Amino acid sequence: MERKLALSDEILLGIEKPARYIGNEINAVYKDKDRVEIRFAMCFPDVYEIGMSHLGIQILYELFNRREDTWCERVYAPWFDLDRIMRREDIPLFALESQDPLRDFDFLGITLQYELCYTNILQVLDLGKIPLLSKDRDESCPIVIGGGPCTYNPEPVADFFDLFYIGEGEVSYDRLLDLYKECRQAGGKWRKVFLRRAASIPGIYVPSLYTPAYNEDGTLASFTPAGADVPAFVEKQIVMKLTDAVYLQKPLVPYIKVTQDRVVLEIQRGCIRGCRFCQAGMIYRPTREKDVKKLKEQASAMLRSTGQEEISLSSLSSSDYSQLGELTDYLIEECSKKHINISLPSLRIDAFSLDVMSKVQDVKKSSLTFAPEAGSQRLRDVINKGLTEEIILKGAGEAFEGGWNKVKLYFMLGLPTEEEEDRKAIAHLADAIAVRYYDIPKEKRNGRCQINVSTSFFVPKPFTPFQWAPMFHPEDYIGFARTVNSEVRSMRNAKSIRYSWHEAEVTVLEGVLARGDRRLAPVILSAYRKGAMFEAWSEYWDYGRWLDSFDECGVCADFYTMRERPDDELFPWDFIHAGVTREFLLREWKRAHEPVVTENCRARCNGCGARVYGGGVCFEGQD
Amino acid sequence: MKVRIKFSKQGEMKFIGHLDLMRCFQKVIRRSGLDIRFSEGMSPHMIMSFASPLSVGLTSLGEYVDMELNTPVSSEEGLRMLNEQMPEGIRALSFRQIPEGRAGNAMSLVAAADYEVRFREGRAPKDGWEERVAAFAAQEVIETEKETKKGKKLTDIRPMILQMETDGSAIFLRLASGSEANLKPELLMDTFIRYLGEEPAPFAYLICRKELYAKQGTDAKPVWIPLEDLGQDVI
Repeated sequence: MERKLALSDEILLGIEKPARYIGNEINAVYKDKDRVEIRFAMCFPDVYEIGMSHLGIQILYELFNRREDTWCERVYAPWFDLDRIMRREDIPLFALESQDPLRDFDFLGITLQYELCYTNILQVLDLGKIPLLSKDRDESCPIVIGGGPCTYNPEPVADFFDLFYIGEGEVSYDRLLDLYKECRQAGGKWRKVFLRRAASIPGIYVPSLYTPAYNEDGTLASFTPAGADVPAFVEKQIVMKLTDAVYLQKPLVPYIKVTQDRVVLEIQRGCIRGCRFCQAGMIYRPTREKDVKKLKEQASAMLRSTGQEEISLSSLSSSDYSQLGELTDYLIEECSKKHINISLPSLRIDAFSLDVMSKVQDVKKSSLTFAPEAGSQRLRDVINKGLTEEIILKGAGEAFEGGWNKVKLYFMLGLPTEEEEDRKAIAHLADAIAVRYYDIPKEKRNGRCQINVSTSFFVPKPFTPFQWAPMFHPEDYIGFARTVNSEVRSMRNAKSIRYSWHEAEVTVLEGVLARGDRRLAPVILSAYRKGAMFEAWSEYWDYGRWLDSFDECGVCADFYTMRERPDDELFPWDFIHAGVTREFLLREWKRAHEPVVTENCRARCNGCGARVYGGGVCFEGQD
Repeated sequence: MKVRIKFSKQGEMKFIGHLDLMRCFQKVIRRSGLDIRFSEGMSPHMIMSFASPLSVGLTSLGEYVDMELNTPVSSEEGLRMLNEQMPEGIRALSFRQIPEGRAGNAMSLVAAADYEVRFREGRAPKDGWEERVAAFAAQEVIETEKETKKGKKLTDIRPMILQMETDGSAIFLRLASGSEANLKPELLMDTFIRYLGEEPAPFAYLICRKELYAKQGTDAKPVWIPLEDLGQDVI
């Protein structure tokens, strides 16, 4: 492989971590560009270390590259230091493998994992010399396609994309790529033809073919497809035979340390729990498990092909994986021989998980994580988090007796129906855990305990029962955090409890973008023009840029955040069929207010709508 | 079995720093299936030690790493196993058994290094520099500001220059390297450029490390032995 880097030695030696931009990682795929028909640039619009940690891109990378006619490469957002140089020296953004400019590609795929990366989409397009707005692109530009969880409301960024893919990539991409080849071959003004025809492929949303109209009060009045050949609803795509689906064998191995620097083994998709705030728990329904035999093979194959020294299980709630015991037994045996570490996130703390964890980690160094999400039992019932104080104290007690002394507790503030008492209850719960620790006789415990309480502010997301909920102003959020803080300080065991909370302004912005509509595109554009990039990185955060942009574009942020939406309001994302029905979500919204708990999918079917996919947990034991 | 591996680091790999190179080797070894020894204790790590970190931006044809294996393999087999797994730009060049024990550790043995320095296009000093290399090297004292633990200090670097000559296009250097005395090629080159009456330009040199040496013989009559020559091929 002879290739010339897009950046000179001088540039690469003058910036932070040049390895972000040179490719050449183990398991990177190189093809002869003259012998492929489709060149696909897959982008995670954040810095390399974050993007390289994302499993979804790795899966699609392998999937696309199995097609002989397609070469999929990667691109990430250049960090500030390189961004500045590329603008100054007019260097076009390039893909890592070939180092060719993005403009040369047929597709630019951008994954949307969080709203705060929206300005980085514009950065990538801008540096890639691709017109920022879909309507300004012609046959010489790549097709810009978005995917990932934020596409469950793509409207705020709809103007920047030619297409969106709603759902799991394994299903419809082949059809899309084949259609692309056909249309391009026909020539002429093929771009419009391709987009129009792509709209009929299940899961493909072509924003330019839909027109929103608004009521006088600003709410959405209608959302109209451009013709009879354009479907009124876009169906989420989902893999029903997960075990047979293409599975990752050769993940990329970065040189520099990245956030998720290990082999990631996806054990299931979806979650049976039904927490009312959780978007992932709704949009990935129904829960589908991978066969444990296949997972063992996959784990071994990935460890062999990467040489990584750690493997982590990935799922929304690993404890609900029905073959977990068999899988962890296998991994513990395989990995201990080879000095490979195992990390087990998202486990419920109970006797089983404590036993497994004590085998794979150093009890003295590691900490236990609980996510009660709300301090009081009443509020936990509201959010349908089926975790009781009793369960938490029992789990913590068993852990303390097993030698652990560090506990992390995660909560949210600003939840629907939340009162002062619920906030204070966070401190009380933390204190009760400390009391449980100090109940252990002094000679049997391991010094002081350390309880880290952390709160984030709740952001209502589309396709959740809380999609109707109002948010608060930044100063309200800070007030909530102060309440928790002063209550923590007044606890008997205050010295054993540390409390930290997230930024409030960023939460409000996330809230606007999460449930926004097309009128936000000019705001995002304006904030980008003022320098907003990497908004998830607090060091460069400047809310002023956004406030000015809202003002200049005549958009009121409160419209998106402060209203409790009426039951029958038409939402910008209602054209997507995500499996869970609006009736179910509304029913859950009402039940939250009573509050009544809804059982998990294994205990009973609650008729969410995901049964239409004909598989997964909905049909467990019914084969 | 203790083995010493000589390897090259070229092309794009010059942008990979020392810590990342170590991580890269750990993964190469795991993929290769070489039965490397791990340390004892709570968090075992591979018993592996690199001779001398190479600065980012330099290429090399003479890097070394020592490691211990539980299961012996032949040199040929060891080289094959490693090179099948090496990323583009890194090649294992020799694989030799070395004596047991800590004394023979590559890191503690390094006493000198060879470098080849070329000027990047358009960054060479004015014509005639070739002629002045010999005179520069022949000076009895060459004082320059050198970074020490206590900050910058005027130091005589002449004793650390073991060899300096040119064929008209590249400059060949053998410099003291290691824990006792260490001279970086960039510092020497900057000093030479100032001797020519010019200001050193950034990114002017393309530097390739060619070899690392252990010192044998006497101080008066040192003999420089390439580190790989202290080991023997395993048949």
